[in-house]
Order: sequence, then C-alpha cells, then structure tokens
Amino acid sequence: MSLQELAKQPLASKMAGADSDDSLYPIAVLIDELRNEDVQLRLNSIKKLSTIALALGVERTRTELLPFLTDTIYDEDEVLLALAEQLGNFTMLVGGPEYVHCLLPPLESLATVEETVVRDKAVESLRKISHEHSPVDLEVHFEPLVKRLASGDWFTSRTSACGLFSVCYPRVSSTVKAEIRQHFRTLCSDDTPMVRRAAASKLGEFAKVLELEYVKSDIISLFTALASDEQDSVRLLAVEAGVSIATLLPQEDLEALVMPTLRQAAEDKSWRVRYMVADKFSDLQKAVGPEITKNDLVPAFQNLLKDCEAEVRAAAANKVKEFCENLPEDSRETIIMTHILPCVKELVSDTNQHVKSALASVIMGLSTILGKDNTIEHLLPLFLAQLKDECPEVRLNIISNLDCVNEVIGIRQLSQSLLPAIVELAEDAKWRVRLAIIEYMPLLAGQLGVEFFDEKLNSLCMAWLVDHGSCYNVEAATCNLMKLVEKFGAEWAQNTIVPKVLGMANDPNYLHRMTTLFCINALSEVCGQEITTKHMLPVVFKMSNDQVANVRFNVAKSLQKIGPVLDSNCLQTEVKPVLEKLASDQDMDVKYFAQEAISVLSLA
Amino acid sequence: LTAGGGGNDVQWCFSQVKGAIDDDVAEADIISTVEFNHSGELLATGDKGGRVVIFQQETENKSQPQCRSEYNVYSTFQSHEPEFDYLKSLEIEEKINKIRWLPQKNAAQFLLSTNDKTIKLWKISERDKRPEGYNLKEEDGRYRDAATITTLRVPVFRPMDLMVEASPRRVFANAHTYHINSISVNSDNETYLSADDLRINLWHLEITDRSFNIVDIKPANMEELTEVITAAEFHPHQCNTFVYSSSKGTIRLCDMRASALCDKHSKLFEEPEDPSNRSFFSEIISSISDVKFSHNGRYMMTRDYLSVKIWDLNMENRPVETYQVHEYLRSKLCSLYENDCIFDKFECCWNGNDSVVMTGSYNNFFRMLDRTQRRDVTLEASRESCKPRQVLKPRRVCAGGKRKKDEISVDSLDFNKKILHTAWHPQENIIAVATTNNLYIFQEKVN
Repeated sequence: MSLQELAKQPLASKMAGADSDDSLYPIAVLIDELRNEDVQLRLNSIKKLSTIALALGVERTRTELLPFLTDTIYDEDEVLLALAEQLGNFTMLVGGPEYVHCLLPPLESLATVEETVVRDKAVESLRKISHEHSPVDLEVHFEPLVKRLASGDWFTSRTSACGLFSVCYPRVSSTVKAEIRQHFRTLCSDDTPMVRRAAASKLGEFAKVLELEYVKSDIISLFTALASDEQDSVRLLAVEAGVSIATLLPQEDLEALVMPTLRQAAEDKSWRVRYMVADKFSDLQKAVGPEITKNDLVPAFQNLLKDCEAEVRAAAANKVKEFCENLPEDSRETIIMTHILPCVKELVSDTNQHVKSALASVIMGLSTILGKDNTIEHLLPLFLAQLKDECPEVRLNIISNLDCVNEVIGIRQLSQSLLPAIVELAEDAKWRVRLAIIEYMPLLAGQLGVEFFDEKLNSLCMAWLVDHGSCYNVEAATCNLMKLVEKFGAEWAQNTIVPKVLGMANDPNYLHRMTTLFCINALSEVCGQEITTKHMLPVVFKMSNDQVANVRFNVAKSLQKIGPVLDSNCLQTEVKPVLEKLASDQDMDVKYFAQEAISVLSLA
Repeated sequence: LTAGGGGNDVQWCFSQVKGAIDDDVAEADIISTVEFNHSGELLATGDKGGRVVIFQQETENKSQPQCRSEYNVYSTFQSHEPEFDYLKSLEIEEKINKIRWLPQKNAAQFLLSTNDKTIKLWKISERDKRPEGYNLKEEDGRYRDAATITTLRVPVFRPMDLMVEASPRRVFANAHTYHINSISVNSDNETYLSADDLRINLWHLEITDRSFNIVDIKPANMEELTEVITAAEFHPHQCNTFVYSSSKGTIRLCDMRASALCDKHSKLFEEPEDPSNRSFFSEIISSISDVKFSHNGRYMMTRDYLSVKIWDLNMENRPVETYQVHEYLRSKLCSLYENDCIFDKFECCWNGNDSVVMTGSYNNFFRMLDRTQRRDVTLEASRESCKPRQVLKPRRVCAGGKRKKDEISVDSLDFNKKILHTAWHPQENIIAVATTNNLYIFQEKVN
C-alpha cells in the first residue's frame, strides 16, 4: 500500500494499527508492495528486502520469502536487477554460511532471464556467495547448480554458467575439478555463438585458476579453437583471453603455444578482430615480454598502423606512445627510429581524421622517450604539420599535450606555429572547440610565459568574454581569467586585465556590462582587497543605477559575492547604503537579491 | 512424411482461413507481412493497422498425423501506432513492414517488428502463476482492519489460467530518414540490420541509442539518384556476409570483415538485359522486390515483377535458374502501369530443404516452383475451396489463342486480389498465404 492509499483508510484503523503492533505495520506495507502494480513501489520494497527478512526472521525468510522470490522472475528488469543484487548480501539474513545455499534457487532462476544485465548481476551475486559456502556445501549445493546451468536447454543459462566455473574450481576435489573442466570444454564448442562468446570471455579468468599442466593441455586447445571460430564476435573475444593466458605461461612455452594464434589474430580477415588486437596491444606487449616484442610485436604493430581499415589504424595510433615506452630499453630508440617513426609519419597525413586525432593525442609523448635532438629533428616537423591540420580536433589534441614537449625542448620552438593555430581554434565555428581552447589557456599561459602571453594572447582572452556562441564559453572565459591571475599575480592583473574588464561596464550591450560583473565575481578574491576596493567596487556601485534590471540584480549578487573580500568599515559605510537602495527597487528580482545579499553579509 | 520436401508431388489441401469473411475490407486489416518462427510452432502476421497477431500450432493432435494440428491465436498486440513527424510534416504510418523472429533464448519468444521508421523488440511470454495474499487487504481489495494484523503474511504463487503477454523490450528509433523495407538478424544472434531506401544500419540487439551505418548510397545531390535499396538480408551462417538488392535489378554482396563501411561490395550479381525484351517498362519490372538466402546458404532467390531467379553465390554473371511467375502479363504492362500494379512488391520464400520456392501473383493465385523437377504449378487461395482437407486444384491462365476448358483468360484476372506475402514452415509442408485481409493455411495432404 502506498502512502496515498494509506491516507484513504479510515482514521480509526490506522490508529488501531499503530496501537496493536508498532513494528508490524510498516513491514506489512513493504511486503504488500512487493506485488503492487506500481513498479516504483515494488522496486522500493525489493530495495528494503533486508528489512523484510529481518522482521520475518531467518526461518521464515528461508521457507516463505525465498520461495516467493524464486517465482518472481516475471517482473520488470529494474526490479529483477535490484533483487539479484540484494540476494548477494543476504547470507546473514537466511541464518549465516550454514544456510547460504538457500539463496541458490532464486539466483538460479534470475541467471536464466533474457536480460543480460540481470543475468550478469545474478552471476555476480552467485560468485559472491560461493565464497561463503563451506567446501562440502560447495560440492553438495553450488557445483550441481553450475552443472544444471551448464547443461540447461536455453543458452541464457549456459552463458551464466560460464562465469561460475572459476569460483568453484579452486575449492573442490579433483574428480569434481575434472568434471568442471569437461563442462567448460563442452560450452566452448556450444552450438550457439552466444555461449561460445561467454566461454571465450571467461577463458582467461578460468585459465588463471587452473593448474599449469591443464592450462597447457586444456586451455590452449580451447583457445586455439575459439580463436579460429567462424563467428567474428567469438574470435575477437579470444584475443583478450590470449593475453591472459600468455601471462600464465613460462616464457619458453609462449612461442609454441600462444604466439601462432595471436599472430593469426593480428592478421585476421575481419577488421574487428584486428581492432581488438590493436586495442589490447599494450597488455599483450607486457604479457609476452621483451624478446617476443622485438621479434614479433614490432612488425605486427607496424602492420596495424598501416591497416586498410581506419578503425584499426586509429586504435593502433592510440597505442603508439605506450608501445614505445614499454619497448626494452637497450633497443628502444633504434626500434622507434627505424620501425615505428616511419609509420607514424604516414599517419600524420592519414585520410581519416579519427586516425590523425588519435595520433595527435599521444604523439607528443614520444618526445620524452626520444630526447631533445631526435625531437627537434624528427618529431617537431610532425607537430608543426599537425598544428596546421584541417581538422580542429587534431590541432586541439596537439595543443592540449604541449606540456610533454615543453619539458624536452621548451615551447619556444613551437611558438611560431602555435599562435596561428590557437587563434584559429579560438575563432572556430564550433563552440565546443572554442570552449576547449579556452580551458587550455591557463596551462598554455604558464608554459609560454607572461611576456609572450601579453603580447599575443591577451586580446584573445578578452575577446572570449563577449563570445556569442554560448553561455558556457563566457563562463569558461571568466574562469580562464581567474586562473591566469592566479598564475601571473595581482599586479599583472591590475595592469592588463582589470582596466579592460572595467571598461566593459560602459558597453552599450547590457550582456557585456553583466560580463563585467561576472569577471569581478571571479577576480575579486585572487586580486585581493586593495584592487577590489579601489578599482572594482566603484564600478559596481556605478552599475547599481543601470537602467536594466538584470544588471542591477547582478550588482546585488556581485556585492554578496565580493563582500567577504572587503573590510567591515567599507561594508557598513559604502556597500550597505547601495544594497538598501536596491532593496527598495521597483523590480521584484532586484529587491529579492538585494535583501538576500543584506542578510548573507549580515548588514541588516 | 517427407519433411520439408515435396513440391509438385505434394497435394496441397486447405487447412484454415483466418480473418473476416465479408467482402468489405477495412484498410487496417490488410495483412502486410507473414513469418514463421524458427521451429514453425508460431506464425506471426502484421497488418496495416500496426497490429501483430501470433498463431500457435496446437500440440494435442500430433499423434494423429492425418489430422494435423491447427494454428490458433496465441497473442495479439498493437505493435506500432500512427505518429506524426512535426519537423518534416509527415505522417508515419503504423503499418508493419516486416517481422523477424529471434532464435529462442529462453522460455519466452522474441520478435522484431518494424514500420517505416521504428523497429521494436517484443517479448512474448507465458504466465501460469500469480501471487496471492496481502497483509493489509483482502484479495478483492477490501482493506482489513489493521488491528487484526498480528502476524506477517508472505505472498505465495498459485497456479492460474495460462496468460500470454506481449511486452515491448526495446525501441530502436531515429536511425532512418527513409522508409525501412527490411530487417534481418545476424547469425551471431546479437546484431541485426535494418535497410531503408538509401541506407543500411547495423544494430546491437541490446543497444538502442546507437547504430552503425554500413551502407550509404545517398548521392551528395539527390537529383543524381538513380537507384534505391529494395531489400537486404544477412547470410544464414556467415556472420560477415549480407546482400542487398536494388531497384535496378542488381544484388550486391558485402563482406563486413573487409571494412567498417561496406560501400564497396565484394560481389555484384547482375544479369545482362535481353535486348529483344527491351521496353519502356524494362527498368521498372527488373526492380527486385525481395531477396532471400536459401536455408543452406549456398543460393539466394530474388523476385522481380515477372520472374523468380535463383543465384549461386559463386556465380555473379547470371542466375542458375529463372522461373516465370506470370509471363502472360508482359503484354499488359501498360495497363498495369496505369493502375500502379506494376509497383507491387511481391515476396518469395523457400521450403525447408530448399527444393521448392513459392511466390504470389494476382487473382489470389500463388505459384509453387519445383527446382529438382523443374515443374511449376499455380494454386488459388479462395473461399470456394475452403472445405476441410479439400485438395487445391491447379489453375491455368490462358495466355492468348484459344481458351481451353478450365483455363482463365488474362482479361478476367482480378488485379485487386494480390498475394504479396507468403511463408513456408521451416521443416514441414505447411504454408501460410496472405490474401488481402485473410490468412490461408494450407498443408500437405496425408493419407
């Protein structure tokens, strides 16, 4: 019963209910709402399932509540999801580890529903409570459940089984272990691609709990089979399993057992499989170690960087820096210079903008690896080319990673090309691009130094204040000014920024006059009491007579904001009269904000 | 019982007819698609009113083969509603263009249904239990006196009459600018494609806010448009292969392994035009209205206005078999153009073992084309042959010259009675044939 329904009930019965048993009534409502027509109320009750269980006691929870929940699988996904999650934390409520197996039936039925999220959550909870089973219970109750799921009629139950093998395997007897391995093998060659996908995605995890001899005898053959499955979606999941398996095997076995399959995956006919290899390349590199990396992965990586499908090239380009960083130190520079860099050079002028932009987001990182001379000779031309790229994303990615180059060669090398690139991005047609460059400005200013900034970029920052594209940009621009002042100091602010900001107070456009107030809000604290009182406050006061009400109530808001920076004398003698005048303004909003400021600043 | 085989050796007899009998046909009742599920146990129809009706094969008579089980209504639901696109000032019809069943994943059944713009995933499930027992009220809703509540009651599930529910699980919207003509589920069972006049999109069955464009034939300038996509289908076993047909009579086969965007086809199936048959209508009648892979995946069948062609996937330059559906109409193309019939989109289907194909015609005629014996027969779905287990008599159309007895003259064919949609049970010789607003079910005569 909802509160609304409750309200409709005769008062007497409510009173009586309260009289008879205080604690029963709310629980009774919760239980009844388990089957309310409103999903939200059912969900609410399921989320308080532990309260219901506590009230019922462990015995009734086991014999009545759990059987009811086991049959509740017709409900909406969100209710089932919440139920699956609750049951994972239910052990104490059914009487502790001794009775934890009572939770298996409802979770088993949840593990067969068609919604993946619900099934996954049920499996997660099953994995959680598996640890609370004693070794005996695990074999008597849990393992039979896994077997039932694994040989279920519908693939939904078989996919769920795949995620449960690894949690029970380490804790059962060797005969049961053999059965579990057999079940897993069967699922790896299931008729339906869904089950094979589930098995492939759990292969690495299962391999981790197996004894090494079985990894070599069982897992490798399953891996090889899945990696040559007819379904692309199965093969691509095998790649990830391959990485996990490689970490488990001793170096000397890798070449014979894993590498042929991985090599084949890197050259798979399907771009999606090659994409997966490119995407997992750094993990793969770590798993196989330096020798195989040098001999096998370097040529494979070159091929991925030159792949005919742009998606694959972009994924590989994303890994360039990580791959180079993790190369064995003794041959790192040679490999990069002779094998990787030529491919990278080609990618700089790729036909696809996603590829170029992926590369631009990592390419600057190469400078730390290659050192000053190589950077100047080989990388700098690439950076400069990308700074002139037609696609704004590419330029933006270069600019946002400038700090890496700054450390190695100093930013001055780039400044000639940097400036036009920044100016162009600052005037880009897309407001998101403009916003991004504004947000990088404080960082850039720090790297370029105050002189360069004053000379070239200051006017740009001021222009952003009157951006017409979006209010986000104006907000970002004022925030930018604040960060610049933090960087360059109050004195710099007083000489360069403050006069310009205050100049806008006389602008005929009221939006620009308001921008002055927003800037003052942002700047007063970093500029300090003296500048605020001497320079900003008079302007704010003057604007309290503005003819536009929006400006006037923003004056009130500004005064509230900068109040804490001012001394109490100034507040009492100067601010208070202005606010009092505004508090008797004709406009309702102006009055409201003035009164609010008065009370916040305790001037009443 | 020859499972799925037969053809012309099969004697077809009437089994059932569904739908209203009177001649006054409501627009909303016109059947727009027919589809068996993978086991053949369920048969779905969609109509112009946006409804989906599912029939279930009764199981009790399975022991008596001469009295094969009938299909009865299992579930009916409103799949699509009429909508209005305010930005383009366009009405969006509720008409169901296609239905595709998903392979069964648990006790429930799932199907995709689509109108011109939006694809929906439906779950059809059974429920035979319901919870009983409240604490604060009686089952009939009367409130109990709270004072009498001294113990808590947990509801229990009790058996009830079987209830079939259809619930919408996913809505895949806003991905098509033009009209969706096809949907097809991939053999990986996690993705499907949807095709409109100019584009094909790839969806994940669990993700509704994102789809990938895999084919786009829209020219930069729409005035240069010369062909449109008319149908598309995934290969039954190879997850990477799909085909799409065009209004110019070509079929393109694409390999999704090669690249993310399948603008470049890997095979182009096209038959050179016969110059002797060239006419004003050549291009219109060569437009392909349906393409279907055979169950074994070796062949595909295409339907154009006058013929059915079977293509071997390994031979691109001509079909391996061509069947005339109603060649006698070639002389009447002019009047068929005038009454718009020439733009009718006939579908086609394979039998269970790919040995016979079926497609529709006018005058409520449909054609059975036997591939092994190269024989064909014309049958009629009509109220006259509606007696239980009555054998369908072959029909003949007189193409000119002197009309023999039993023959029907071309001029007396009724072009308003057309059979566009037919379906063949995946294993058995049971067929579903949609006339305007009736669904006929015929089956093999068993002695």
